[in-house]
Amino acid sequence: MCEETHAAAEAVARRSRGKLVAYLAARWGDVAAAEDALSDAFAMALDRWPREGCPDNPEAWLLTVARRKLIDAARRQREDPNTDALEMLAGTECNELPDEIPDRRLALLFACAHPAIDEAVRAPLMLQVVLGLEAAQVASAFLISPAAMAQRLVRAKVKIRDAGIPFRVPERSELPERLDVVLGAIYACFSEGWTDACATDVARRELASEAIYLGRLLAELMPDDPEVCGLQALMLYAEARRPARRSAEGRFIPLRMQDARLWDAAMIAEAEAALRRASVARHIGRYQLEAAIQSAHIEGVRTGRVAWDAVVHLYDGLVQVTESPVAQINRAVAIAERDGAAKGMEALEAVSADARVSAYQPYWAARAYLLAQMGAREEARRAYEVAIGLERDPALREYLLERCAELGE
Amino acid sequence: MQYLLALFMDESGWEKMTPEQQQQGVAAYGAYTEALKSAGVLVGSNRLRPSASATTIRTTNGKTQVLDGPFAESKEQLAGYYLINVADLDAAMQWAGRCPAAQHGIVEVRAIWAM
Repeated sequence: MCEETHAAAEAVARRSRGKLVAYLAARWGDVAAAEDALSDAFAMALDRWPREGCPDNPEAWLLTVARRKLIDAARRQREDPNTDALEMLAGTECNELPDEIPDRRLALLFACAHPAIDEAVRAPLMLQVVLGLEAAQVASAFLISPAAMAQRLVRAKVKIRDAGIPFRVPERSELPERLDVVLGAIYACFSEGWTDACATDVARRELASEAIYLGRLLAELMPDDPEVCGLQALMLYAEARRPARRSAEGRFIPLRMQDARLWDAAMIAEAEAALRRASVARHIGRYQLEAAIQSAHIEGVRTGRVAWDAVVHLYDGLVQVTESPVAQINRAVAIAERDGAAKGMEALEAVSADARVSAYQPYWAARAYLLAQMGAREEARRAYEVAIGLERDPALREYLLERCAELGE
Repeated sequence: MQYLLALFMDESGWEKMTPEQQQQGVAAYGAYTEALKSAGVLVGSNRLRPSASATTIRTTNGKTQVLDGPFAESKEQLAGYYLINVADLDAAMQWAGRCPAAQHGIVEVRAIWAM
């Protein structure tokens, strides 16, 4: 019984935390205070529920306790400027709780990704506030010291409170721009998790699945937005291939050599459904394009023939939308597959003037790959050497070393 | 909530302007002030004399130091302010973006610490 209620409390904590924090923070205008009150309420639940039994409506129970904690805390410091909020909360305290606690998580996501919040802390803030990850967990995932991360998170929460950052979904006129920031933060979070392909680092592995969780949540809350669906599809396509990205010995396996039977078919089906949902709106965007490219590659491996012409067109669109050198590099490789290495090299030369690519491993790897196909062995070797020097992942480094060795003497 | 929109700008810009440009500039600020007033959000505003007229005072160990000039010697100086009363930071940022100073200088948005 005791263990059962403990488990029940933990389950509620995991499932409801974001929703309860969002509701309290939005009413109170203070994320940190809402979190503190809620963790007090969880502690009380773990103490009482095993003895007194699990309440009929655990969420409402937690909300009532947390609300009382917030009011007590504000009463202790009378000079607290949130007296309006205090009166509002106190006023509603006597009223019956709503049957259904309104879901304010979307508003909370927009507050965490507000343009007035330091860009580097937006994704970590979402993970902590909406999902309840510890600062230390978030820190190790983003390769920052726990102390520094904790400090940044505290600072961001103080900014939300003191600067009066609103908890609401932006007006239609500013929605696309603001939504872009939310999507960018979720994707940054996913990419952090994605870089650790073997999932040797548990914290980073979880980051990818937490990002997918946020993506699914966002898609549930804004089902009609094509880019929300596009991002969800993109993350699912990528995550579905995780089991095939490394061999049993931990060796890197490029996409075209992957064993499609190892892919997560259910996840791919979910990605395809999301991409179809996105296409209904007939409004193309960065994430839809990237997801469509993933889809084309997956289809290519399954059928043994990649539709390179379609892939090049998708990259054309992506280059136009993002003006990103990364998209241009990938476009050059796709052109090489379609029209031959020389044409691809021409396209790649167009980005070589961009200062950002000179320290970007995939640029040098693509260059080496194309030069090798053109028979320029010496130049290819030099490019591989730069690529190897820039790579941090040992499995990828090993793969590049082998390709370089294949060039022969 | 009340917010201070602090206007920072390169003061030499004003002198480099032709009289017509100066007139246009004044008119732009006049129109902006009117817009704030008619929206019912303006609490107060002022333009400051150039920072060359600033005097900086600091008391250390009971001794008062008086310095001629502004606190920070930077290219952009505090040139004026608007004190506005709006719902939240988003609304304050919107007004800051409409301020003529956002185009030729910098507008810093600061929440007022309610006492």
